Amino acid sequence: MSTSDERQARPRGLTFLAKSQLLSQDDVARALRRMAHEIVERNHSLEGLSVIGLQKGGEPFARALTALLADIASDQTPLGLLDVSFYRDDLSLNPVPHSAMTSIDHDLTGRTVVLVDDVLFTGRTIRAALNALSDWGRPRSVQLAVMVDRGHRELPIRPDYVGKNLPTSLDEAIVATMEGVWIGTREPS
Amino acid sequence: MIDTIRGQNLLSLEGLSRTAILEVLDVAESFVEVNQRAIKKVPALKGRVVASLFFEESTRTRLSFETAAKRLSADVLSLAMASSSVKKGESLRDTIATIDALGIDAVVMRHQSSGAAVQVSRYVPHVRVINAGDGLHQHPTQGLLDVFTVRQVLALRHGTSGLESGAELFNGLHVLIVGDVRHSRVARSDIAAYVALGAQVRVAAPGTLLPEDIGSWPVEVADDFDEALDWADVVGLLRLQRERGTGSFVPSLGEFTTTFGLTMDRARRLRPTTLIMHPGPMNRGVEIDSRVADLPSALITRQVANGVPIRMSVLYLTMAGSGEGSGL
Repeated sequence: MSTSDERQARPRGLTFLAKSQLLSQDDVARALRRMAHEIVERNHSLEGLSVIGLQKGGEPFARALTALLADIASDQTPLGLLDVSFYRDDLSLNPVPHSAMTSIDHDLTGRTVVLVDDVLFTGRTIRAALNALSDWGRPRSVQLAVMVDRGHRELPIRPDYVGKNLPTSLDEAIVATMEGVWIGTREPS
Repeated sequence: MIDTIRGQNLLSLEGLSRTAILEVLDVAESFVEVNQRAIKKVPALKGRVVASLFFEESTRTRLSFETAAKRLSADVLSLAMASSSVKKGESLRDTIATIDALGIDAVVMRHQSSGAAVQVSRYVPHVRVINAGDGLHQHPTQGLLDVFTVRQVLALRHGTSGLESGAELFNGLHVLIVGDVRHSRVARSDIAAYVALGAQVRVAAPGTLLPEDIGSWPVEVADDFDEALDWADVVGLLRLQRERGTGSFVPSLGEFTTTFGLTMDRARRLRPTTLIMHPGPMNRGVEIDSRVADLPSALITRQVANGVPIRMSVLYLTMAGSGEGSGL
């Protein structure tokens, strides 16, 4: 189980204990369909659009959104994957467990980039991703899609497309996958 | 057994577990990708200072470490010994104290004395020390880049990736290390890495070039070089280290070449899948025939190329936190 929440809370040696399921698999699928339509509505056409999934939690959602966009607009939107470990600002605390590769095969200059992640929390992952993107060119604009926005932002970052807003407390943990969304806690394993 | 080098010094590969070695290799895979980008630089070590202290001459290791540090956005202090106070007789301890006073986060160090890096790590416990070769003791990053190179090539052959294959491709792999094992820190690091990953290692050398304590090493000594070549999946050649007086351990260079050199004749008899490695710099015509060094099965340039991502991985992990930090 790997989510941006996990990356941010750095739970090495911690395991997720689910308390309750907040979204079912169907809820997640419906939310993704709505987000895909919102992306098309907001951008009018998919010309010049690139979807970039954040490793590793954002990857399945980015793949699903790309497939949905292809259905709606019958146009293949290029998909990239980005690992932001090397762009984070908290290396001295504890680096990120690392086993996901970046693969972006096109220049992003002039394109509209939709960043996709599973859980939006402090905003630090997105800050790192914005820095990283500039190494692949200068996008015309960057939009953000997340399955769950759990609040507690530490930076002036806001999402453009949200699957579900979930107010949480800081000691709670969220796991969002294609199979559903759970709330729980991290306990020492 | 040490299970991670995060936040630790890297002084030797002995005592590192399979998990610790795999972590370095896996992180290096990400850095291979960084090195293929148009902008080959990430801000991971921005604001950190890495001192590169080479008390013994080196080209590839020093350039490779400094390139690695720069691609991680670290600042590099490079001390050229020929023009430093070391020439005026300054002690190792004083040289380190001076550099430490400038404010550094890590030292990459090569020294002609075995154990010098361990010594320095005691002088400056708050600085991460990375051994880039100390006397006859260890050359950890060479050992790591050698196993990384083997995994990369074998994974390609098996239609998988290094990351996915883990240590699987080393299981029962036959590795033959040939030549001046006695004076070779590369051999010591290579053997530790291969054995930790599950390979079987044999060494082949004239009796005079085997260390006295070879019996306690986790290797077999090959009786017959030609038979061992047939057995090997990987042949790791070592440089005959004439600057360490190796010349007096063999009757003549010509005789060494005839008995333990990888000549064209021997290379022709190798199985076509056998990989040939050499840490460089090569003595062409001594331990390896010049034409053999240029065969497609010789991975020598690939070894050099992999030096940068492996050293990025080592710098990144050793300078990163140890995992004790609290949440954001």
